[in-house]
Formats: sequence, C-alpha cells, structure tokens
Amino acid sequence: MIQNRERFLANVASRLSRTEVLTERPSRNWNYRPQDKTLTNKTQDELVDILRDQCRLIHTELIETDSHALPNVLEETVAAYGGGPLAIWQDTRYDTFGLREQLQRWPEQGIDVHEWDPSIGHDNIGIVEQANIGITFSDITLAESGTVVLFSGEGKGRMVSLLPHKYIALVPKSTIVPRMTQAAQLISKQVQEGKAIASCINFITGPSNSADIEMNLVVGVHGPVKAAYIVIEDR
Amino acid sequence: MAMKIGNEKFKDNVNKQMEDTFMRGAVAGAQERLRTRRLDAAEELGNWEEWRSHGEEIRQHTLDHLDYYLQELSENLQKRGGHVFFAATAEDANDYVKSIVKEKRAKKILKAKSMVTEEIGLNDVLEQEGCDVIETDLGEYILQLDDHDPPSHIVTPALHKNKEQIKEVFTEKLDYKLTSKPEELALHAREKLRQEFLQADIGITGCNFAIAESGSVGLVTNEGNAGMVSDLPDTQICVMGMERIVPTFEEFEVLVGLLTRSAVGQKLTSYITALTGPRTAEEVDGPSEFHLVIVDNGRSGILGTEFQSVLQCIRCAACINVCPVYRHIGGHSYNSIYPGPIGAVLTPLLGGYDDFKELPYASTLCAACTDACPVKIPLHQLLHRHRQVIVEREGRAPISEKMAMKAFGIGASSNPLYAAGSKMASSVMKPFTKDETISKGPGPLKAWTEIRDFPAPNKERFRDWFKQHEKESGKA
Repeated sequence: MIQNRERFLANVASRLSRTEVLTERPSRNWNYRPQDKTLTNKTQDELVDILRDQCRLIHTELIETDSHALPNVLEETVAAYGGGPLAIWQDTRYDTFGLREQLQRWPEQGIDVHEWDPSIGHDNIGIVEQANIGITFSDITLAESGTVVLFSGEGKGRMVSLLPHKYIALVPKSTIVPRMTQAAQLISKQVQEGKAIASCINFITGPSNSADIEMNLVVGVHGPVKAAYIVIEDR
Repeated sequence: MAMKIGNEKFKDNVNKQMEDTFMRGAVAGAQERLRTRRLDAAEELGNWEEWRSHGEEIRQHTLDHLDYYLQELSENLQKRGGHVFFAATAEDANDYVKSIVKEKRAKKILKAKSMVTEEIGLNDVLEQEGCDVIETDLGEYILQLDDHDPPSHIVTPALHKNKEQIKEVFTEKLDYKLTSKPEELALHAREKLRQEFLQADIGITGCNFAIAESGSVGLVTNEGNAGMVSDLPDTQICVMGMERIVPTFEEFEVLVGLLTRSAVGQKLTSYITALTGPRTAEEVDGPSEFHLVIVDNGRSGILGTEFQSVLQCIRCAACINVCPVYRHIGGHSYNSIYPGPIGAVLTPLLGGYDDFKELPYASTLCAACTDACPVKIPLHQLLHRHRQVIVEREGRAPISEKMAMKAFGIGASSNPLYAAGSKMASSVMKPFTKDETISKGPGPLKAWTEIRDFPAPNKERFRDWFKQHEKESGKA
C-alpha cells in the first residue's frame, strides 16, 4: 500500500519548477567514473593479495587452501574457535566443495551442527542464537574492503552470519572481485533483467565493532566477536 | 527530544560547554583521529577529487529529479510487498508509526541509530504510548540510559562522555560491576541487548540511502545491531528523510564508499545491508511486514532554493570533524541534533531563524568544512548566505553587530562626528589598554576580548599621519 504519495510528490515537483511529477526516467550522463579505473585489470591472484592485506586491517583471519584440504582446514579453524555448536546454511555448495562428510563427522565427535531448516520456521533463530560459530559461503567477495556478500534465500537464513559468537566465511576464489563496484553492477543487472533480488543483501566486513566509547576500537559488539575467511582455490 | 535539544540561549550554551574540559579534550582528540583517518582513506583510494565530483553529480542529479526517484522507489517497494507512507510533517510520520504500534499491540520496540527519528521526536511519542523503546547503537544506548542525554555528534553520538562517566551510568542503571574498560562495557551492552533483540515486537531503523531501481533500503553500520533490529522483529519500520535516495545500486556503491571513508576512514563498515521489502514466502527470518516512512518535514522548502545543495548531505560528519568552532564549543552548544557546519546550515532551514539565527555565525568561514565534504556542499558559502539573508531579508543581525553598525553609521556619516570619534578612540580606550593591546574590553568588545586581545587604537590617527607624511615629502 502507498499512502499520501500524490500530494507529497506534487509538492516536490512544484518546488523543482515542474507542473507535474516527472514520469520519464532521467538519463544519467556522469562526467566522472573513477570506479572504472580503481583496482581494475588485476589478476585473481593479485586480488587475493589485496584481500589478504585488507584482512589484517579488519581483524579477520585469512586462511588459504584448496578443495582437497578444505575439510581439514575447516575442522582446525572450528577447533581453534572453540568448537560447536555450529550453524550453517542449507546449501548445496557444502557438497560441491566436499564438506558433507565433515558435516556428518562433527556430531559423532559431540559437536552439534544445525543446518538452517525452513520447515521448522522461527525455531531456527533460537538454535542459531545458541551457536558458537556460524559458517556460510560468500556469494561475492570484495578484495579491496575484505567484504563477503551474502544473499538471503530459502535455506540461507540471515541470522547465521550475525547471531553466533564467531563467524567463518567460505570464500571460493572465483567469487573474488576487485571492489563493491563489481557487486553493485551485478545486482543492478539482475534488477534490469527483471529478476527479483534477494530480500536481504548483506555486505559483511570482518567482525562487528564499535568506537563509541572514547573512540577506542572494540572488536565484537552485537554481531560476531571474531571472524575468519577461508579462501578456496576452485579454478 | 526533537531536533531542538534545549531552550537555553546559544551564548549560555557556549559558555557552559567551554568550561567542560573533558568534553573539549575528547572532541579535539576525536576530530584529530577522524580527520587523519579520512585523509588516509582518501589517499589510499586515489583520485579523491574525482570521487568527490562524482558524488556531487550523483547527489545533484538525484535532487533535481527527486519526484521521479521517490515515485520509482515506492512503486518498486510496493511490488515487493512493502508499505510506503509519505509524511509531509513530523506529526504525520509519528502518527503513522503510532498507528502500526497500536495495530500490532506492540510493547517492545528496538531502534538502530537514526538521525531522522531524532529529528521528528519519535521516541517520545512512542514512550507516551506506553512502549518500551530501546536504542541499540552503543553510543545511543549509553545516552538513552543516561536519562536521554542528547547526541553531540551525528556519527559518534556519545563523543562528549568519557569511559568513567559511561561506567557510572552502567553501574547506576544496569547494576554493572566491572571496570571502565571499553571492552567490558561493550560486552555488557551486548549481553543486555541480546535478550531485547529476541523479544522485540517492532524494529525501527533509519536509512542511509534508499535505492530507487529496486525499492531497497540501505543501512550502513559497524556493530551488527541494525541487522538484528531489521530482521529479528516481525514488523520493520524504516524512516527516511526524503532526500536520502539514489537511482541504482551503482550510485549506492559510490556514495557508501564516500560515506564510510569520510565518516570513519573505513573502506566499508562491518555491515552494509540492502533490504528489499519483507521476507519472501520461502524465507524464515526477516520481517513479515515492511513499512517505509518517507519524511519531508521542511526539506521540500529547501528544494529549488539557493540552499538546495545542503540536501546533498550524506551525514558523514567530515565537516564537523574539521570545524575549529565545533572543536571548542562541542556539539551541545548548537542546541540541535545536527551540530557543526552542516548543522549550522541545516538547522535554521528546518527549524527557522527564530530559534537558530545564531548558528550561521558560529563559524569562522575558514572553508575547512567545504574542503572536507565528500559531496562538495559549499558549506561556508551557505553559512555566509544565511548571514546575508538574516541581515537583509529578515533584518535581524545579532544585537551587538547591529549596535556597532548603527553607531558606525551615525559616526561615519557626519564628518565632524567621525573626526571627533576617531580622535577620542585612543584616550577612551586607554583604561583598558596595556602594552598596545586590550585584553578586557567593555561592551560589545567583551565577547571578542574574552578569547583574544584586541589591538588598541593607534594614538596617531591615520589622517593625521597622512597629513604629516605629505607635508614632510613636500607635496602638501
């Protein structure tokens, strides 16, 4: 429902010296496009270098591996973060990257794994809130800022990356792009093609933090207090 | 609390704030750090001037076509199942939010930091309805606990408080028993607020930039509270100033990058979220109802005027962080939730000259604000323009300036009076003069000499010196 729009916009239009509300899309002819020459022409390896440097600044551990060693690396990282309970997405990429066995092994070791389950509805939230570590894949990864971009969806609960005490992002190397410019272009393209974009697109850059008390940086406020990215060689 | 945060006079506020040595030290230190971080971030990015020019053209284009983009935004959000309410006044916006609260029989309302909800005084309205309204941004939470102390900065609202004061507030209000270490204080807030997040009925956020092409709302935060406020309660209400919009994700990206670098020197903050309507049918978390309230509250009165460029503002506070006046008088002196140079321009436009005519004078016109602005708002020129409007159109210059100008006008318009006055100046001022300077001036000079010396009138008048000089060089 839209309320009070007509009068509100008529007033805006008249302030802009128009007799009627503009209905034709205005053309955007920018004189400047600095984003076209920022971090473009980098190889995928150079982007990993940039991401690695940036992760140091955002208090995020960066671990590099290949899909063969991934299960072990993930197991070690989880152990280093204090083990379970774990919360993960319902996501076929855990299978694609050979993690299914590991996901089954953890419960045998007494480490609970909760896979986001749309059929139990709101109960997911209470379980995820109790998790020690949330683990998701990154849909797009921004090298410059050290950002993982997550699209919400059916098995991809928003809270998995936010409520647990720590967060691990699995970053297929092929998802790495130079900066937010490329992610924005991709999302904008989806919109122009008439596709429905995710209802929640999260750009997450390291653990939560605040400098509200005497400008001292405190890492870990409402969201996770620690974060790690595991970059996986996938091409 | 609405935009105006007190009834004291500007001058009394300044006098009081100038005595707060902790606040002045904290402000100076914070300015220094934030300014340095911004400059470093700009240098690292490269082509900063080009980025600023691009930011400026995006904001100008959007304002010039604001009717189109607001229409597009509302259409697209409706397609995604969201509700849009256009509010001409603060009262309209508050009434709408109140109606949702009543309909949901909501008791507990969570908020993420939002300047526009402060501006319209939403918290007071909801509290009068019997709701428990909880601010979740750490800085705002501290201020709310401290009996609604007003914010003094638009990015770090509790800047004027030190950690000891914050510890006292926590001890008194939250039964806190640990030390004043920021980590311990923040952890305590995390634990206290976590339960609130899970029980809230409604979440209210502001909006950094809405995205017209998709009907999305963009939120830029660091603490992770905004995601919990917007996605845990079943109903979400987002309140945005009507100018806080961009055409597409591409412009969103440019402005977010300018905002995070200019505000805190980060390439991106920890959480940047684009929300598009309520959760979909397949999703489990996220709100089932999504309301967007688009607020005018005086903004349209600025559109199409010589002050339109102030609406380009992206609320980064870079101007505040370089202002020498803010550095000394602090945020509370401005008597508005919008302090510093941007506040001195915006507050009188939204709140009128009656209450805020001193603010455009709270500036040295040094133009540091204009140079710092990532979207190139000519802030010092707008401050100067305000002064012209106050004097020319409104006929109400500050009293001391009026008296001085009037006296000078009378004195200078009559030859004998001017001659007598200029001759007398040095002897009249003699009781106040020491070593060729005046440190404690009388009357209108007092405000000047409180903070710096005034040079004593020369014993020899220029016209006498000139006459003598001409005589000596044989020309007279």
